[in-house]
Amino acid sequence: MVRSELIARLAERNPHLYQRDIERIVSTIFEEISAALAQGDRVELRGFGAFSVKRRTARVARNPRTGAAVAVADKHIPFFKSGKELRERLNVPASGGET
Amino acid sequence: MTGRTITRAQLSDAVYQEVGLSRNESADLVEAVLAEITTSLAAGDAVKISSFGSFYVREKGRRMGRNPKTGEEVPILPRRVLVFRPSHVLKGRISTSLVNQPRTET
Repeated sequence: MVRSELIARLAERNPHLYQRDIERIVSTIFEEISAALAQGDRVELRGFGAFSVKRRTARVARNPRTGAAVAVADKHIPFFKSGKELRERLNVPASGGET
Repeated sequence: MTGRTITRAQLSDAVYQEVGLSRNESADLVEAVLAEITTSLAAGDAVKISSFGSFYVREKGRRMGRNPKTGEEVPILPRRVLVFRPSHVLKGRISTSLVNQPRTET
């Protein structure tokens, strides 16, 4: 599912809303999460998961082709840990019933 | 560096400010977005949000693990795990804004 399909599905379930508004809702949500992470904040959505920023310390890496040492500076990368409910949803057999 | 934690409440509030629906409906829509993503992933279908990132479902095979307390070998059953791959846009945005800002791990 890509962004446009997500918008289409939401539009189908919310016929009273303008498609334009749904587009804004979806972009606002991802923009808020991105902006929070860019400030180093954490975003915690219970049951879904948590986005955070992890720091990777500077290191000396190697160009695998030439073997030359390359300095890699400190960097910050976004990280997502899935929430308990979402993890469980992924592992529920379609039929229900089983463990 | 504020070290705040953003939750559904702030996301709903942003939607409320931005779109002009009622607070209740804004909260419902945030929930609906998360629910659609969850449904798609539960069906094994990846979710790709341009300039944000992609959520993939990965199938893991059975392997032997060990109970660290008792040392007993236990099978870890095949299962599905979620992987989030941030887009280059998001990575770039975070690394430029947090450059030279040491931060303790979450």
